Amino acid sequence: MTQKILIVGGGLAGTIIANGLARQLYGELKRGEITVQVIGNSDTHLYQPGLLYLPFGRVRERELMRPERAILHRLVDFHLDEATHIDVEAKVVSTRSGHEHSFDYLVLATGSRLDFDAIPGMAAGSQCFYDLDGARAMRDALENFDGGRIVVNVNVPHKCPMAPLEITFMLRDYLAKRGIWERSELLYTFPIGRLHGLEPVANWAAEHFERLGITSETFFNAKTVDAQKRVVHSEEDVDLAYDLLITIPPHRGAEVIESSALGDGGWIPTDRETLLCEGATNVFVCGDTTNLPISKAGSTAHFEADTIIDNLVSLVSGGKMTSRYDGKVFCFLETGFDSGTYIWFNYETPPHPGPPSQMIHWYKLAYNRMYWLSARGLL
Amino acid sequence: MALIAELRLCQIGDSVEVLSSDQGSASDIPAWIAKVRHELVSVEERDEVWHIIVKKLK
Repeated sequence: MTQKILIVGGGLAGTIIANGLARQLYGELKRGEITVQVIGNSDTHLYQPGLLYLPFGRVRERELMRPERAILHRLVDFHLDEATHIDVEAKVVSTRSGHEHSFDYLVLATGSRLDFDAIPGMAAGSQCFYDLDGARAMRDALENFDGGRIVVNVNVPHKCPMAPLEITFMLRDYLAKRGIWERSELLYTFPIGRLHGLEPVANWAAEHFERLGITSETFFNAKTVDAQKRVVHSEEDVDLAYDLLITIPPHRGAEVIESSALGDGGWIPTDRETLLCEGATNVFVCGDTTNLPISKAGSTAHFEADTIIDNLVSLVSGGKMTSRYDGKVFCFLETGFDSGTYIWFNYETPPHPGPPSQMIHWYKLAYNRMYWLSARGLL
Repeated sequence: MALIAELRLCQIGDSVEVLSSDQGSASDIPAWIAKVRHELVSVEERDEVWHIIVKKLK
């Protein structure tokens, strides 16, 4: 009898898992003993980390996108559709088009979304480079900026936790190269009492902020934005005036996770080592979708995917799960237009950012292009 | 960070308990609670784990 593996989500996590499974189970798929299906709501796969460069005109837009079907292994079935209900007990996922997909094993990789509605005025009064349209709009806003105060406002929860620091360092270089740094101020706000959630990164960033003349306001959680007066007001009753506001809004998980009562806020309670949905033995959770208190980042999803692929292959082959996720995350960190560093950490080992170098910056640019090999399950 | 995210999902009057092995949480969380004006219900250390209970007031 055919065993069905169903993956909900065609982003980085879902795509890597589908391709990894297809490569390891090629014979079984070919013989029809196992099927791997992906439900994804976009026919275009976007390399989201590349959006960081778009506001500065430092990436070709078309390099950030590929057809999802072209990236997926040919033996993976791709359904361009949207999951509307997930019934873990009945082992069925319903979709917008009216289809019902049954499964033996399910992977939930539905990602996160920007929740501008959580902060009144934020959508109208700010720029956000976390999606394609937002990154394009920020590029236009920067072209019209001729000095003044830029506020980079970070809210929680959010994905890609290095990106707010990276955009700040790159803005510093951008303003200097345009010759308007002397009449500008760059002010970075963060929700807790330091510059980053990871204390070693916060301490490292503080040194570089001081060196570069970047100011900060900590314990700042945006509550409202007045787009007319150009003021962002915080839960802590602090008002910050701005000429250009760049925000990372709070995120939520996918609507289908909330409406299917699988997790508050769209984040699914997940075992931190097996990555099984709590209480389930056949439902895995990958990437932003978990409720784990670790970075919601592409590399997190990638390392989690490796664990899930190995365990799924073992399970469908009649074996036991032996692979465990150790919390590994690896992030590059651009420190300007010409330099970068990186961090790695896991559940037991804290990060230690090293001194920025041009070589690591170039390595990050190289990885931006090698990403397509990761998505295909080759790297 | 996780506490702030959790409070976003709560209703006014709800309480949240944070369990943290990081001693910094025992000082950072009360500092933020005082600034944002929620209620710090209790802070206790049991078996090297800090248990911090916060009530959402607004």
